[in-house]
Amino acid sequence: MAANPMSQFDVYRIGPEIKVGAFDISFTNASLFMIISTVSILLIFNLGSKKNSILPNKIQLLAELSYTFVSKMISDTAGSKAKPYFAFIFSLFMFVLFCNMFGMIPYTFTVTSHIIVTFVLAAFIFIGVTVIGFIKHGFGYLKLFVPSGVPAVLLPLIVVIEIISYLSRPISLSVRLFANMMAGHTMMKVFGGFVISLGIVGGWLPLSFSVALTGLEILVAFLQAYVFAILTCIYLNDALNLHH
Amino acid sequence: MVKKIYLHLIFLSFFLIKEAFAAESGGMPQLNPEFWVSQIFWLVLTFGIMYLVLSKLILPKISNNLESRKSQILENIEAAEKQREDSETKLKEYDQIILKSKTEANSMFNQAREKAIKDINAKRDVLDKQIDEEISKAEEEIQALRDTAPDKINKIAIDTSSELLQKLIGAEVNNSSISAIVDDLSRRNGDKYYGN
Repeated sequence: MAANPMSQFDVYRIGPEIKVGAFDISFTNASLFMIISTVSILLIFNLGSKKNSILPNKIQLLAELSYTFVSKMISDTAGSKAKPYFAFIFSLFMFVLFCNMFGMIPYTFTVTSHIIVTFVLAAFIFIGVTVIGFIKHGFGYLKLFVPSGVPAVLLPLIVVIEIISYLSRPISLSVRLFANMMAGHTMMKVFGGFVISLGIVGGWLPLSFSVALTGLEILVAFLQAYVFAILTCIYLNDALNLHH
Repeated sequence: MVKKIYLHLIFLSFFLIKEAFAAESGGMPQLNPEFWVSQIFWLVLTFGIMYLVLSKLILPKISNNLESRKSQILENIEAAEKQREDSETKLKEYDQIILKSKTEANSMFNQAREKAIKDINAKRDVLDKQIDEEISKAEEEIQALRDTAPDKINKIAIDTSSELLQKLIGAEVNNSSISAIVDDLSRRNGDKYYGN
């Protein structure tokens, strides 16, 4: 029996071992849930965009509301210049959201509870944003590290702090999502374990906690996807409209 | 007592968890690099395919749907506005037509009335004239009759008296003498019989 609350994060091979050179790219439960998430996203949005009726049906409404939600989020935080990156941020938000939400179903695997997944996403965003910044502003993008209106004495310190904060972006972005997911799921598992170990007499209290935690975790799953997407928008905004 | 058992059990389960942690070789499975490459590979593959399909096929369709709905709704609103304006102008036209026909009817009625009054007046004039004529004719006739009446009465009186005398006395009486007497009588009693 999986009494260990961390065993839910175990990655295991499904099917044969696939090796490309020295790299093991076997199909795992993580890959399975990535595929499930992406396929369900594509299915839902394909269904939601198939028919164009003046009075949308439920799935069309869902697709269009998500579209306008993300579109509004981008235009609010990064302005109209971020339009070309809409599809990426939309995919990102939906991917993280669906992975988080699928993780809420018992006996599933949470893709985003693995630091390597979130770190790859965050690193890609970080590199992409930096490249966009340098393309748009050239070396002027380095002005991002020199805030205006800072006394000259403090400037060296501020610049160092700014550079560190900039470089820590991918780490904070990835760790935030991964840690939230892992902590929430671990906590649920721990409380679930309490229900079993306390039995019929004392199990009700952790059970009610578990119920409340499920609601909280669903909220967190949405919130973290939102935060991930909106922070990407904010970084993009820095690269597109140099404010400093 | 129950509380104590409860706390004890919680402590026990923590202990069990710790035990299980200790039993696990790697601790956090996330930090085990065994499947990192696999996860990166599948993440890039699935996310990449999803991004491509969403950005090339699905999102343009959704945006198109939204745009077309927006424009269609705007068009419908415009059409409705136009129709309302049309109906308003038509209503105005209708009002004007009604007003016009009303005044026309009024004038027609007035004309007809005037004409009728004129006709009536003309006819009355004609009739008045006719009546006047007939009255004057009748008056003339009456006058003539009145003028001729005393002579006729005198003659009747003379004839009657002569026949009466003849029957009474059996002798022929001279008509001229009788007429002289009747004339005399009628002159004396004329006022009594004829009034004026």
